[in-house]
Amino acid sequence: MTQQTSDSSEQSEWQPRIVAFLCNWCSYAGADLAGMSRFAYPAAIKIVRVPCSGRVDPMFVIKSFEQGADLVLVSGCHPGDCHYTSGNYHARRKLLAFRELLTFLGIDPRRFKISWVSAAEGAKWSSLVKELTAEVKELGPFETYSKILTGENGR
Amino acid sequence: MLKLTIDGQQVEVEQGKTILDAAKLAGKEIPTLCHHPAVPPAGACRICVVEIVAGDRPGLVPACAYPAKDEMEIQTRSERVLESRRMTLQLLLARSPGSDVIRQMAKEHGIKELPFPEQTGENGDDCIMCGLCVRLCQQIIGASAICFDGRGPDRKVSTPYKSQSDVCLGCGACAFVCPTGAIDPADYCPNPIEKIPNEFNCGLDSRTPIHIPFPQAVPNKPFIDRENCIRFRTGGCGACETICPAGAIDYDMTDEFVEEEVGAIIVATGYEIMDPSIYEEYGYGRYPDVVTSLEFERMVSASGPTNGELTRPSNGKPPMSIAFLQCIGSRRETGGKPYCSKICCMYTAKHTILYKHKVHDGQAFVFFMDIRAGGKNYDQFVRRVVKEKQATYLRGRVSKVFPRGDKLVVRGADTLSGTQVEIAAEMVVLVAAMVPSSGVRELSQKLRVGYDEHGFLLEAHPKLRPVDTNTAGVFLAGACHSPKDIPESVAQAGAAASKALGLVCHTRLSREPTIGVVDESSCNGCFECEGVCAYGAIGPREIKDKKGNVLATVAFINEGLCQGCGACAATCRSKSIEVQGYRDDQLFAAINAIHR
Repeated sequence: MTQQTSDSSEQSEWQPRIVAFLCNWCSYAGADLAGMSRFAYPAAIKIVRVPCSGRVDPMFVIKSFEQGADLVLVSGCHPGDCHYTSGNYHARRKLLAFRELLTFLGIDPRRFKISWVSAAEGAKWSSLVKELTAEVKELGPFETYSKILTGENGR
Repeated sequence: MLKLTIDGQQVEVEQGKTILDAAKLAGKEIPTLCHHPAVPPAGACRICVVEIVAGDRPGLVPACAYPAKDEMEIQTRSERVLESRRMTLQLLLARSPGSDVIRQMAKEHGIKELPFPEQTGENGDDCIMCGLCVRLCQQIIGASAICFDGRGPDRKVSTPYKSQSDVCLGCGACAFVCPTGAIDPADYCPNPIEKIPNEFNCGLDSRTPIHIPFPQAVPNKPFIDRENCIRFRTGGCGACETICPAGAIDYDMTDEFVEEEVGAIIVATGYEIMDPSIYEEYGYGRYPDVVTSLEFERMVSASGPTNGELTRPSNGKPPMSIAFLQCIGSRRETGGKPYCSKICCMYTAKHTILYKHKVHDGQAFVFFMDIRAGGKNYDQFVRRVVKEKQATYLRGRVSKVFPRGDKLVVRGADTLSGTQVEIAAEMVVLVAAMVPSSGVRELSQKLRVGYDEHGFLLEAHPKLRPVDTNTAGVFLAGACHSPKDIPESVAQAGAAASKALGLVCHTRLSREPTIGVVDESSCNGCFECEGVCAYGAIGPREIKDKKGNVLATVAFINEGLCQGCGACAATCRSKSIEVQGYRDDQLFAAINAIHR
């Protein structure tokens, strides 16, 4: 699944799509700071703002993959720095457990990332997005679900 | 109360006081040597003799030890008294001819000739055998580390069995009370005598365990440093309590936690100066004449360790040339702080002026990267320093400071002339970077305020909300936020104060509308949500019918406490909690929209 076989012309046109759930106080502010500080990062990432990483329901992640995301990122405040005291700890426990279940859903766990970016780390956000974009390009498009939906997967 | 007449003057004292106490109250000066208010009197030196004329057995008595009695009549300067004092002083002078205190006292008493041979060598020193130190060590400190040793002419202050032992605390109280300054505590103490560095003067001088932290401290009152106080170390001493006329010393007082409920918090934790000893090339910590700006500031301060006299720490002479090295640690991407510390250009310019005020024909050199004098009249100030004070400003970094003879050679680049320069300076001042106060990270975690990689606290928005933080009700003022000078700090503090007032002056508080809402029709009352709520905002609510029977117990969110993090919504298995503004359907719509 990792090395998707597509013809070369399609590969060059394909732009990865990353869905990022960012907590309002740290990672979203960090992404904001990246913009304010004029740090460039790939446009492949689409941000959904949530109040806290603890708000992220695993269903959001599955929904994103179902809709065609190639990689999903959840980013919150650094452990110990949660604006809501402990939301990122809840997120960490829940999402790491959820990550173990991804293979069961037919999703490569490498397509699901968790990171901690603080409001001061605009540069870190920019380099993180660059890294993730490079990684997802390596992994290729996530087509398992779309193939099921379009009946290409032997159905 | 006892009524006494001292030199014809009426005075009243309490029962139990001595004649010396009464005389002090009457404003009569009686010379003393072996007396210390905290130490029980012994009447050993007999300098304080006074004459009882009436009211008790007439004669000469030591004022420090003789109790005052009712109807007593005392003469402190009668011919008999003065004659006795002169004799005592002549004997003391013969024993301790080298003591300045005794010589001065003898001079005041008109002693010109000495009828006794001056003792020198073994038999004569500054010690007048008054025993104040011994009494103090035994009765006040409680250590009994020193005692009298020997008899007759061999008598002297020593340690038991003439051997040093760990009984000596090294407190130095004996040297402190010695009237003639004859004691070096190192003679008695096996361990090195450690002076307590005065923190306010950057450790350039020492302080006592009980001290006022710094001039203009608020409140301007002394406090006891328990770690060093003998009272807390051994239970002895207590001298300050004995001496304090107001009875203000309370050893049982302890630090206490004060809990206050407040509506707003302003963080103004300030900054510290980074330790420049990490840069070995500048020799801070190795060469005594390399100091930091803060140390220089204390040295030239009138309330500083040298009372404002600028001297080289190595030899105590004024430095005829001085080099200020700016940007030590600032604007240094590797091994330092990448930011500009902002205030250094200006205070270094001020320091060159202060230097010229202290050393008129001295020459100041300033190594700088750039002069960042952005501020009202700042640039004019720096130009004035260069022009009027003839300070030599050299644009470039210093690579090394090393000693040559009794001077320090500062080797650096002058990028304007494109040459390497070497300056022999008698003193080098390192203008080190500004760093946030230690402990500010722990504080900001408590307040849930973000901080950057250097530890400076984060504002809510760099342009539009520079005083607020992302936590409602917490505001920033001063250098805890970023390097700032005084006018900027004052301006931000004013803004923070008015922001805080603006918050607390309303009778009602506004809050974000994005809080959790429970769908009571589907909530099954598992209370998983209660466990994840960091604010204790979730509790049970009973739904009753008209007869008062409990139909169901469901989750209830206190909307005053809820902050809207949504942990409960993500945890709820029956999907019965939604965060307003971040409802599941809204977020799903957002996810769908991305892929449209």
